[in-house]
Amino acid sequence: MSLRVGVITFPGTLDDVDAARAVRYADAEAVPLWHADPDLRGVDAVVVPGGFSYGDYLRCGAIARFAPVMQSVIEAAGKGMPVLGICNGFQILCEAGLLPGALVRNSKLHFVCRDQWLKVENNTTAWSSRYERGAEILVPLKSGEGGYQADQRTLDELEGEGRVVFRYVGGNPNGSRNEIAGITSANGRVVGLMPHPEHAIEALTGPTDDGLGVFLSLIDAVGVPA
Amino acid sequence: MTAIQPAVDTVEHASGTPDLEQPYRELGLKDDEYARIKEILGRRPTDAELAMYSVMWSEHCSYKSSKVHLSYFGETTTDEMRSKMLAGIGENAGVVDVGDGWAVTFKAESHNHPSYVEPYQGAATGVGGIVRDILAMGARPLAVMDPLRFGDPEAADTRRVVHGIVAGVGGYGNCLGLPNIGGEVVFDSSYQGNPLLNALCVGAMRVEDLHLAHASGTGNRVVLFGARTGLDGIGGVSVLASETFGGDEHSGGRKKLPAVQVGDPFTEKVLIECCLELFAQRVVVGIQDLGGAGLSCATSELASAGDGGMHVYLDRVPLRATGMTPAEVLSSESQERMCAVVKPEDVDAFMAICAKWDVIATDIGEVTDGDHLVITWNGEVVVDVPPRTVAHEGPVYHRPIERPADQDALQADTPDALARPSTPEELLALVTTMASSPNLASRKWVTDQYDRYVRGGTVLAQPSDSGMIRIDETTNRGVALSTDCNGRFTKLDPYAGAQLALAEAYRNVATSGATPVAVTNCLNFGSPEDPAVMWQFEQAVKGLADGCAELGIPVTGGNVSFYNQTGSTAVLPTPVVGVLGVIDDVRRRIPTGIGAEAGETLLLLGDTRDEFGGSEWAHVVHGHLGGLPPKVDLAREKLLGEILVAGSRDGMVSAAHDLSDGGLAQALVEACLIGETGARVFLDGDADPFVQLFSESAGRVLVAVPRTEELRFTDMCTARGLPWSKVGVVDPEAGALEIQGIGTLPLAELREAWEATLPALFD
Repeated sequence: MSLRVGVITFPGTLDDVDAARAVRYADAEAVPLWHADPDLRGVDAVVVPGGFSYGDYLRCGAIARFAPVMQSVIEAAGKGMPVLGICNGFQILCEAGLLPGALVRNSKLHFVCRDQWLKVENNTTAWSSRYERGAEILVPLKSGEGGYQADQRTLDELEGEGRVVFRYVGGNPNGSRNEIAGITSANGRVVGLMPHPEHAIEALTGPTDDGLGVFLSLIDAVGVPA
Repeated sequence: MTAIQPAVDTVEHASGTPDLEQPYRELGLKDDEYARIKEILGRRPTDAELAMYSVMWSEHCSYKSSKVHLSYFGETTTDEMRSKMLAGIGENAGVVDVGDGWAVTFKAESHNHPSYVEPYQGAATGVGGIVRDILAMGARPLAVMDPLRFGDPEAADTRRVVHGIVAGVGGYGNCLGLPNIGGEVVFDSSYQGNPLLNALCVGAMRVEDLHLAHASGTGNRVVLFGARTGLDGIGGVSVLASETFGGDEHSGGRKKLPAVQVGDPFTEKVLIECCLELFAQRVVVGIQDLGGAGLSCATSELASAGDGGMHVYLDRVPLRATGMTPAEVLSSESQERMCAVVKPEDVDAFMAICAKWDVIATDIGEVTDGDHLVITWNGEVVVDVPPRTVAHEGPVYHRPIERPADQDALQADTPDALARPSTPEELLALVTTMASSPNLASRKWVTDQYDRYVRGGTVLAQPSDSGMIRIDETTNRGVALSTDCNGRFTKLDPYAGAQLALAEAYRNVATSGATPVAVTNCLNFGSPEDPAVMWQFEQAVKGLADGCAELGIPVTGGNVSFYNQTGSTAVLPTPVVGVLGVIDDVRRRIPTGIGAEAGETLLLLGDTRDEFGGSEWAHVVHGHLGGLPPKVDLAREKLLGEILVAGSRDGMVSAAHDLSDGGLAQALVEACLIGETGARVFLDGDADPFVQLFSESAGRVLVAVPRTEELRFTDMCTARGLPWSKVGVVDPEAGALEIQGIGTLPLAELREAWEATLPALFD
């Protein structure tokens, strides 16, 4: 029996296929979760993938946080279930209050799709333990509203507690405060990041396979069920 | 304010008022076309019928000027070429059997005029429209490509158009979750007031899941689903309403909305997933997307492709504006709508799936056993027509054709007398000048605004020679696509120019290791009323069709766009050609950048001649366009393709890059920069270095072969009769492109030259 990882699909979710594939590449079972269904189907962890949930019309992630499935995710996260939010998923986790801060329009105002170097700043979370601390990884970044913003107190808190998990290196692609690409919750179980580790799980279709470590880390965090 | 309820022009009313004057000329119909409609119906058409005929008999929908020429594609397609084709011209998109039980469908379409008027929405809805065409074949859309043409990059208005179009392509495509895997960005002042926005989509399905648009089966229901119908994109049809209401354009707040439609990619994304679930549950008999001409097109085409009879209750169509007339409802080009034919017993299941995706679905009618399309509005008959006369029996024009009077002078004005660089310093400087010129500079500024990763199937995307996607994760089967056209070549010789476009797209696909199997096109020309333009068009169609016959690959579909001109000056004739290739195992793809393996030899395949007519060099350095384009040799292109595919299959080639605009120099610059690896190049001491570096002779590819494979590969070329020469070695230590006898260009310097141009122009 393998680890069961839920992958949520909202209307407008795009990277659910990729997230599910990444989960499978990490030898876990990808379990589809539907936005309107609060049932988490007994999963061990949840990935909130990228895309434009509900068209992102009001504000990125602002509608998705109210989806029935998210109420269950918020509750489960409160009990320590690992949750990963990628891109739009990160925005949703911020809107849902599982992570602090917000994501705003890129500094150059247009969509950016590029291979991005990230530095792993914290390798003690549920989603980053397979990396060496300080390691640099190359994964795609693709977003129009990826600029991480938070008030100074929150930033100080994140930095002080070592809760910045991934940081942009080689230039700030979107105007994020402190070059922040990804952060974690106080207990290290919830991680959100703008770049897309699920697009970097094999060199054939991604720039590298550097992103696979995110999903493999989960196995360390949860353990493989007997 | 209470909406004014218009008096509806019914069939009964039309019969009783035979002499009522109708604004058919304002709707673009000629006297004889209007007379023909009256003859078909035996009475004057109603407003709604007039709206349908006028839009369906327009150039855009009826291909009335191009039809007589396009039939040549069919005439030149042999049974052997057709053997892998599951659907061809006339369907929403061509479909090709690519093996392992997979069918691939692809098509390109233009959205040129809207993209000038309102670049963002014009481009966005151009992408949306072609994606629905692919969806209507029963396929999951997998990727898009966008061949773009803009005016002079320095001109003030170009910035507005570039920003809008690029953001529109990205905004819509990114939100649909379709990777953008390539295309073109070309600047030429002929496109100043008329940019070209061509959009290509490719999709895949299991062979048995192919859906063709038809409406067979008396009693089957007609279901409209997706977005509500509004006043957008109605264009000329508003003239009907203003005529009816004495020209009061403000009545009911409903007139003169912008003629450019507004896209909602989120609705389309949901519509895609909804349709795929409908297909999977097998509750669809026939399906048609609503694009140009909206419901007029969908109902008449569905009905005439089926048994012929259909009854549509038009008042059931969900609207987003009040007081719309039947003519407006029929003509609306509101986006993100589809129309399906469903068996009565499947309607509940169909509606349940739409409800799951929050897609509005409405039963608007049924297939009948008659042979007429009858449309009622609150119980009154407003349309009663034989559907084929609307959809397929539009006028056919034999437009006058005349070779332009100045064509001879154009061809006689060769580039031979233009000053050429002679010293090593001049040659070296030219390499950089060319690499930084707007048409050769890196397209990163554009393509970095497009998502190329979504769905995890993208094996190659820009700046590779072709875009390649994996369609089967278990077998690694994939397809490659390239679109190409050099409008200057086509201007100098439309027949050869179209063949050169075909040759380049074919070569690009083969250069990435895939076997070319099918062709689509998007033919962008000036006014068909200009005999010189019609000559260009006729020549280009013949050239393309004859070329396809020689290469043995069929044209499976295409699109014609006329009236592309700035004032009275036509754009460069731009027959964009898209070639689809198949690769058994995408892991065998050939990348564009060198340096993947230690110790590679650089070989140039093909012959280099002194050919500069229409070249990028003549354009950039001298602003010159004249002479003849490079010679076409399709037998050579075919051989070259076979060699490249064999090289990929047997692991003999580690990188390859096609030679086209800018010649060998530009190919070397790109291969080095993309591969982030330097090279040492040796030119032939007996030949003119300028010609060797910058000629644009066709049928050439730069390949990198691992030293261990060099002999095996060159022996194969020699045995098959393909000329080759050793032009250099990859040198990972150098960090530069060194051209012996000319000089050395550090890669950092080249990268700055290549990548800085578009940001400097448009950031």
